[in-house]
Amino acid sequence: MSDFIVILIPVFPLLAVLINGLLGHRYSPELAGKIALSSVGLSFLCALTVFTSTVSSGTAREVIAYSWFFGGDLHVNLGFLIDPLTGIMLMVVTGVGFLIHVYSVGYMHGEEGFTRFFVYMNLFMVSMLLLVMGNNFLVLFIGWEGVGLCSYLLIGYYFSKVSAAKAATKAFVVNRIGDAGFLLAIFLVFVNFKTLDYTKVLANVGQLSTEMATAIALCLLVGAVGKSAQLPLYIWLPDAMEGPTPVSALIHAATMVTAGVYMVVRTHVLFDMAPIAMGTVAVIGGATALFAATIGLVQTDIKRVLAYSTVSQLGYMFLACGVGAYVAAIFHLVTHAFFKALLFLSAGSVIHALGGEQDLRKMGGLAKKIPITYKVFLIGTLAIAGIPPLAGFWSKDEIMAHAFVNHHYGLYAMAAIGAFLTSFYMFRLTYLTFFGTSRVEPEVEHHIHESPSKMTVPLMILAGLALLGGFIGVPPEHGWLHGFLAGVAIPIGVVPHEVSAGTLLGLMGVAVGIALAGWGLAHYMYSLHTKAADEWAERSPAVYRTLLNKYYVDEIYDVIFVESFKKIGRAWDWFDQNVIDRVVRGIGHGADSSGAGITWTEKHVIYAGLNVVGYANHLLAWSWRKLQTGLVNHYAAVIVIGLFILVHFVLVWLTGKSVL
Amino acid sequence: MIPLSAYVALSAILFITGLLGVLIRRNFIIVLMSVEIMLNAANINLVAFSHYLESMAGQMAALFVIAIAAGEAAVGLAIIIVVFRGKIATNVDQINLLKW
Repeated sequence: MSDFIVILIPVFPLLAVLINGLLGHRYSPELAGKIALSSVGLSFLCALTVFTSTVSSGTAREVIAYSWFFGGDLHVNLGFLIDPLTGIMLMVVTGVGFLIHVYSVGYMHGEEGFTRFFVYMNLFMVSMLLLVMGNNFLVLFIGWEGVGLCSYLLIGYYFSKVSAAKAATKAFVVNRIGDAGFLLAIFLVFVNFKTLDYTKVLANVGQLSTEMATAIALCLLVGAVGKSAQLPLYIWLPDAMEGPTPVSALIHAATMVTAGVYMVVRTHVLFDMAPIAMGTVAVIGGATALFAATIGLVQTDIKRVLAYSTVSQLGYMFLACGVGAYVAAIFHLVTHAFFKALLFLSAGSVIHALGGEQDLRKMGGLAKKIPITYKVFLIGTLAIAGIPPLAGFWSKDEIMAHAFVNHHYGLYAMAAIGAFLTSFYMFRLTYLTFFGTSRVEPEVEHHIHESPSKMTVPLMILAGLALLGGFIGVPPEHGWLHGFLAGVAIPIGVVPHEVSAGTLLGLMGVAVGIALAGWGLAHYMYSLHTKAADEWAERSPAVYRTLLNKYYVDEIYDVIFVESFKKIGRAWDWFDQNVIDRVVRGIGHGADSSGAGITWTEKHVIYAGLNVVGYANHLLAWSWRKLQTGLVNHYAAVIVIGLFILVHFVLVWLTGKSVL
Repeated sequence: MIPLSAYVALSAILFITGLLGVLIRRNFIIVLMSVEIMLNAANINLVAFSHYLESMAGQMAALFVIAIAAGEAAVGLAIIIVVFRGKIATNVDQINLLKW
């Protein structure tokens, strides 16, 4: 029975995809929205049932939906692995997903392609659920590709807009690089283990050599880096903001981009065996956390600031994985899903209120006009900045503490500077949006309105989660989450450092101090002394311009990769047209003329020969035809004579002598 | 006691009579009657062997043959009547469509 519920979790959104996708044009968008919403709601309820049973039993179990395909050593089931890690991911995906669906019904109201939007969103839910629930690498990969596809479709939702279409293509192409690495990792896993099931693979990891474990872990890391937008493949995520805001919240903040972190934690046993891979994960994470935060400082698009903030926070999760703090990574994943979904959705509410305006320079002073949005946004900001006791404080502090007590002081410094920058740019965002004098354009000014309750209620629920969600991991290292995930996310062969409570409290104090310092600086620059930002920009224009242009990474990639690939492509095009096509055309002409020759031969030689044979046959047949008189008694006589002869032969055969 | 060979000989004479009738005679009715003669020749054979081998199987087979002969006569006569109506033919050699 409960196996059935597990299978139902992804089936509900899948049904909604089929119904809305195939029949959606026959009924109103409102009904399509209701179908989409209820499917995710039902899926959430099933997930909740499964989650509570996992909490009470605390054990993992596998549910095989059916045997997918097999041949040789390869046997792949469409199976689900339900363990505490999957349970947590299920709650995040379906819970936050459901809230965002509710919000989307309000946000997307009246948009062209409303039904299409929900078909894509539900398809995303199906893929994401397969991704987190799968019991083997191939199901994970199917989900992985599925979410990539939906990401592409939803970034390009306004496909008539050139920038959206380009951003969608960019996201897809950049993800291909990561997916290629992931695919290689799957091949390596299969070659080494002859199976793709997590349980069998992770149980037999011990037989691998360190080199092979490192190779697999690094290939997996390439996949994770692509999907989770880490250096150097992060460039697609900021552009992905071309999609509608609920998409940014669901796919590009709360769920899909955390797939890489999930995958690393899921296969952490492999990473534990490969110190080099672990170091790479940690360095990539730390560098991304810091790098993205610096870009976030100067961006003027509200959603892009949040996008760089997402990249940066994902960097923290990778950093946590890299220092072996898998529980902390998942903890931050969960709290980040809450507060970043909240921030994106409330940014959407701001954009909605301003009639589509996303430029921070044309906002300001909105706190009084859209009070609910302001309050929830402020909660989100406090949470991400790391002000206790909100959610982000606990998880981020835990990551930083792990980096410190494991003696990764360089990484700790990166994380700490990143945290300061996070606090600064988030409060900068808040001040520029909600405080100061209004810079809103006059004709927009009249239409500012608070969003409908369909949008504000999910915001308030998410705000509650951002406020209190951190307490699942409190006290640090010994919270409920740590106990729950103990079986699946504790590094193998690592003895935890015994750290004195004093050190931990000290680290917490430093973290709070950093957050408050960032807030204070933002308060000074954007509230007390509003000219300061411009003055600083003028004083060091090179730095400012570099940050504003995102370190010119896109341009550098364009020169190094895109242009050179285009050149290779053009060279091949020339080669194709002038060499291959010429050969092909030559063969074509040859075939054409030889065909004409053959046709003539056939007509005048073969057919003539055949006709001669035919006429000869005809003449011969004429004489034999006379035998057939059409008279029944002639035939009967022939039958009787034949029968006599036959019986005679049988008798000769049986007795050996002739009767006649 | 009449020997078995006498029955077999009678049966053979009757069968050849019927066979020649089928092959040579032209009238439909006569051909049909010749067929009946052949069937009854077979019947004599069956009953004679049944008696000499003291097995009822042959007599049972003869009963089946009689039943089938009745059916065959009915179907055959029906065909003859249809042919007669359709083509006004009473002779076998008037029906010669069964050729090239």
